[in-house]
Amino acid sequence: MSVLNLDAEGKEVLMMGNEAIARGALEAGLQVAAAYPGNPSSDIIETLAKVAGEMGIHVEWSVNEKVALEVAAAAAVSNGNALAAMKQNGLNVACDFLLNLNLTGIRGALVVVVADDPSGISSSNEEDSRIFAKLADLPLLEPATFNEAKEMVRFAFDLSRQIGNPVMVRSVTRISHARGNVILGSLPKERPTLRFDTSIPLCPIPTALTHPALHRRLAQAAEILAESPFNRYDGPESPELLIITCGAGWLFASEAVEVLGLGSRAGVLKVGTTWPLPNELLLKRLKTAERVLFLEEVDPVLENNVLELFARHNRNLPRIEFLGKGSGTVPPNGELLPGLVMDCLSKVMGARLPEIDPEYAARAGQAIETYAPARSLAFCPGCPHRASLWAVKQALSLDGRDGVLFGDIGCYSLGIMPTGFLQLKSIHAMGSGAGMACGFGSFESLGVDQPSLAVCGDSTFYHAVVPALINAVHQRSDFLLIVMDNGGTAMTGFQPHPGSPIDAMGRAAPQVSIEELCKSLGLKTFVSDPFDLQATTDIIYELIRERSGPKVLVLRQQCALVKSKKEGRRYRMTIDAERCVGEDCGCNRLCTRIFRCPGLNWDKNANRSTIDEAICVGCGVCAELCPKQAIVREGI
Amino acid sequence: MKDPYNVIVAGVGGQGNVVGSWLMGSLLVDLGYRVTIGETYGASQRGGSVMSHLRISKVRQYGPFIPPRSADLVMALEPSEAARVLGQFGNPGTVSVVNTRPVYPVDVISGVLSYPVVEELLDIVQSLCARSYLVDATTRALELGNPILANIIMIGAVSGAGLLPFTEEALESAIRENMTADKVEINLMAFRLGRQMVN
Repeated sequence: MSVLNLDAEGKEVLMMGNEAIARGALEAGLQVAAAYPGNPSSDIIETLAKVAGEMGIHVEWSVNEKVALEVAAAAAVSNGNALAAMKQNGLNVACDFLLNLNLTGIRGALVVVVADDPSGISSSNEEDSRIFAKLADLPLLEPATFNEAKEMVRFAFDLSRQIGNPVMVRSVTRISHARGNVILGSLPKERPTLRFDTSIPLCPIPTALTHPALHRRLAQAAEILAESPFNRYDGPESPELLIITCGAGWLFASEAVEVLGLGSRAGVLKVGTTWPLPNELLLKRLKTAERVLFLEEVDPVLENNVLELFARHNRNLPRIEFLGKGSGTVPPNGELLPGLVMDCLSKVMGARLPEIDPEYAARAGQAIETYAPARSLAFCPGCPHRASLWAVKQALSLDGRDGVLFGDIGCYSLGIMPTGFLQLKSIHAMGSGAGMACGFGSFESLGVDQPSLAVCGDSTFYHAVVPALINAVHQRSDFLLIVMDNGGTAMTGFQPHPGSPIDAMGRAAPQVSIEELCKSLGLKTFVSDPFDLQATTDIIYELIRERSGPKVLVLRQQCALVKSKKEGRRYRMTIDAERCVGEDCGCNRLCTRIFRCPGLNWDKNANRSTIDEAICVGCGVCAELCPKQAIVREGI
Repeated sequence: MKDPYNVIVAGVGGQGNVVGSWLMGSLLVDLGYRVTIGETYGASQRGGSVMSHLRISKVRQYGPFIPPRSADLVMALEPSEAARVLGQFGNPGTVSVVNTRPVYPVDVISGVLSYPVVEELLDIVQSLCARSYLVDATTRALELGNPILANIIMIGAVSGAGLLPFTEEALESAIRENMTADKVEINLMAFRLGRQMVN
């Protein structure tokens, strides 16, 4: 049994924030959970899926976030308890539905967990999803610790059922992907019966009625949240500085106050219910404040909402100096970390930072500068994407017309960097490469003569590429879509997708074939193994030479991480020391300088390449590159 | 033990950093500590620098990121990562346990950057610490059959040096709970080996 569904009330365990969120949902009587994988949110569904069978709940990896939210909503409008999880970008995909669902309301409970990624640690952007809560008039909760994440999610189900509308919970990477102590609560014995009441349809029209009803539900939430224990003040009654903070910012702020010894001068107000705001509590604290510092991650959402509250009540409040992102005291983007918060607080309060021996500091600086070479991101050793992009590079270079490869979001996004030979020329959103290539391939009459190509992964294909392909057929766009099919949603931890033989819960599932789907649209469709470099290069070249409308090439080879775990090494790789003549070869160190697989090393002293047996996964691709056949692969 | 006791596990993606720090954290929670683990990594699963921050306290739940210059223990799975982390989080009281085998960055492989001379690298690492334990964990792990075992050897070394209160019994039960049966013995061997290597 997993600790996630351990029936041991009161036991203290170490849990990842995402596991704590999942546990909170189980303690609330979760029945349906759906998501599309996206870090830092993926582990919520992943851990729930593992216990779904035992718990008798429905957990799925949906094709995209919009469908995930719709699946969860189907339960939540039928008296059920449902959760949809996503990363910040995912909420963009789902928000069209969310901004109508809020108007009809629900007849059960629906918690929408959005894990934001301040500083874009594993994301293409760092958008602040909290703005959606205000846009959609939905309550928003922000956990500051792991245990609170569990407690908040459990409470969010109650709140959602009470007000009859979804409740948003915003986590961040430093909560979702961190671990801490969580105290287990009880798991319910009974769950509601799922049934759709057909006597009343769900319809957001007319908005003249539904919009005011939505506002009433939010007002009801404000009443319930006014006394919430998730909002807490620690500090002197009339502090010199009132820090208003939320989420992971609270952890960093309270530690900075401790380290700088400001406990008697600064008070920390932690807001857990960031929308609608706990007005009375905030007004009470503002009454005795002279200076206020806002500490929150990414946008000044809490800051601006409190300033709005202040403006509305300014007749009854003192003059206050507000510091935060608006005043330039806190950086306007990115995550808060202890060092940054300590710097801010020390400047604002004139407090001294802990000192360090200058000689030690100089040596420490030297250690980073001279002894820690940067590690730029790279495809894994044996990654099929390296081989695929090598073939693209060769084909585009042979063609010579400056073809453009539009890309999107996935492991292969690294193709915009040297590890992918700088082949990708754009990265935006899921599926956006296909849509852009479809457009660019339609501009021949405007004088465009560059070949148009797009790349997507297998999971992305299902998520957001299919509509662009349908468009391409109808518009007669001339472009080549390359699907790099590595057999799962690799970047987020290899979750299954509609092409997988199993579903999230590990049950056998019908597979939706990429090729069959493409062929059914009338697209010319081909498959190649990227590890066969020559054949793959040839087919890409032929397909871009031929101007005959949209075409699809599936490059199929399993993710190296999965393959090496499942099958072990395919080849034992060695360097033939006689044949490798290093710098004297004339190959210009093709294998290490250009191909750059981490399994290869350049031994400067011996003037030849070597294989690092701790890193190499034995895919054998580099053997094809070496003009002297000095890289030897021996089948295992 | 100082409270909070701050540990950084530093390495390169694919070295088992996350599993190692989770294992250490679980053992400490069972001993009654409040533990927070924060993980810092790039977008790629492999090849980038990865560090985990462990905050260990009897008093409160600390944040998942250690303030500058506040590491008490650095367990580095790769020597240049030890230098990187000590440069940022080290102080004259920091103790380190360092796996001495380099993992070369792709820019070193391609010749854009060069990797420091390992002896000099280890010198600067030692000069930034009150005490350092140098362990050739990867080589011994390869002898055991799998380079990933280096992380367990390193945990053994941390235990053997008396830096954190892990016992073989506690580790064994954690491994039994969380790994498949065929992996228990080899992991315990790795742990014992690590303990011996610093004694």
